[in-house]
Amino acid sequence: MTAFRPLPSPRALCAVLTGSLALFAAGAAEAGMAYVSNERGNSITAIDTDTLAVTKTAKVGRRPRGIIMSPDGKAIYLCASDDHSVQVIDPVSLKVLRKLKSGPDPELFALHPSGNPLYIANEDDNQVTVLDVEKNKVIAQVPVGTEPEGMAVSPDGKILVATSETTNMAHFIDTESFKIVANVLVDARPRFAEFTRDGKKLFVSAEVGGSVSVIDPATLQIIKKITFKIPGISKETIQPVGVRVTSDGKTAFVALGPANHVAVVNAETFEVVDYLLVGQRVWQLAFSPDEKQLFTTNGNSNDVSVIDVPNRKVVKSIKVGGAPWGVVVAPQ
Amino acid sequence: MSGSPFAAPLRPLGARGYAICLSGIVWRELLRFVQQKERFLSALVRPLLWLFIFAAGFRSALGISIIPPYDTYVLYEVYVTPGLAVMIQLFNGMQSSLSMVYDREVGSMRVLLTSPFPRWWLLFSKLIAGVVVSLVQVYVFLAVAFLWGVEIPLYGYVLALPAFILSGFMLGAIGLVISSLVRQLENFASVMNFVIFPMFFASSALYPLWRVRDASEALYVACLINPFTHAVELARFALYGAFNPVACAVVAGTTLVFFALAVIAYDPGRGVMGLRGGPKGEAS
Repeated sequence: MTAFRPLPSPRALCAVLTGSLALFAAGAAEAGMAYVSNERGNSITAIDTDTLAVTKTAKVGRRPRGIIMSPDGKAIYLCASDDHSVQVIDPVSLKVLRKLKSGPDPELFALHPSGNPLYIANEDDNQVTVLDVEKNKVIAQVPVGTEPEGMAVSPDGKILVATSETTNMAHFIDTESFKIVANVLVDARPRFAEFTRDGKKLFVSAEVGGSVSVIDPATLQIIKKITFKIPGISKETIQPVGVRVTSDGKTAFVALGPANHVAVVNAETFEVVDYLLVGQRVWQLAFSPDEKQLFTTNGNSNDVSVIDVPNRKVVKSIKVGGAPWGVVVAPQ
Repeated sequence: MSGSPFAAPLRPLGARGYAICLSGIVWRELLRFVQQKERFLSALVRPLLWLFIFAAGFRSALGISIIPPYDTYVLYEVYVTPGLAVMIQLFNGMQSSLSMVYDREVGSMRVLLTSPFPRWWLLFSKLIAGVVVSLVQVYVFLAVAFLWGVEIPLYGYVLALPAFILSGFMLGAIGLVISSLVRQLENFASVMNFVIFPMFFASSALYPLWRVRDASEALYVACLINPFTHAVELARFALYGAFNPVACAVVAGTTLVFFALAVIAYDPGRGVMGLRGGPKGEAS
């Protein structure tokens, strides 16, 4: 038989309730934020993902481009290209906490799934810098092809992929030995690389080639080259850059640059199923943690478009700073 | 009751009588609309041609800017749809006025105007009849546009109903005034040239007003004072769940002014018809 337990007093109940409300409020303040780097505005803009309104804009280093977040959501990493550094920014105050050694002109980077190290593409020096973010210490510098840009780490953290824009290659780098283990030739000017969550496919966009190559990382073969065709828009204008794949691996979204559209691709059959009109020169993309929203940076129209992922509809475009480049959404 | 009409006792015209009068006129207009299949077809084909061909050609040529009530970028076909819907009402309003001229020529208007109901009620009933017909056309057009990919939020179709009713009244009232001025059916072609086309092109139906302003300030002002612009904007806002008070005031105001003018114009004692001695075959 269970022992009789007195009911908690009303005051205690109130305290518990208030406490849990406070906890809930603190959680809400952390999650539900998107952060956009404004390349010409030299700033980052915070957007509330519920109200889709700008909550704050803060000055950062010069020419901010690549932007990612630590897996715990406590730090924003930002490539301040003209300051030749990676800045660590507090997501709440948007203040620059510290600067990391990035090597010259960092543009894009990728974080190891464990949160450390950071792999930075140094476009001018044709190399990838591997940086311990906690110690701010360069672990290795890996020479790659000319003008490296796109960076992706496999979900198991064993392979780093760097795409070089002029060599037109995706370099596969072993994250233990820091040696290039394979190169895959793709179409002209590869800009961005993205692994599927299961690590079985790698999407590499080619800006000038106008295609997205889907590579099987196990065989290093290109399974499919996805091309795009939008009625009324010239072929040359279609320049794929940012790519994001849903975690179930079923749908890919491709930003088509000056074509002002985001392509929706069936990531299993590789058929393009839709084109969504967004702002001018759409560059990078980021999902909300529940993958119900996709944020796009539109560099020439200075705004961010929000796509309703399940319904495949652009619901809103939000004005941000000058030339928005990269976007990241805080993890839940 | 039998005997000559003179034997009919004089009794007040009750609300029921007004309702019968209204339903009779609306029913006649609907019957005429249903029987003229070509009219319905042409009313539908006209905006669809604009949507399928013109809008497709200009799909990426419009230029990019987000203007209220849109929250994001829209394709050209999405932009022109509200304007084309109100264009249907513009043509319908003018077509009703054409039918007034026709009725006058064949003498059936005499029957209508000898009704004991006040002149304003007859004209008002005629307006309602025109609005009902135009609403059928507008919603069929919106349904086809939806199938073409112009998806408007579902609530928009409901919220836009009052806007379409109001704009239907306005364009019908303008049509009534014009019909009182046109003496013969043959003159109706000039109505096309001098009323329909200028109202349609000098408006926000085909291009946003900021774009017009870029081209010419004078044209921008012309578009702004064109009540058709406001009818289009009222419908555009309503379709996306927004209310445009300025457009609503302009459309309501224009409706009242033109309806008053139509009542005066159709008064045989005072109106334009009276001044002219009435058209052939009409009692003045």
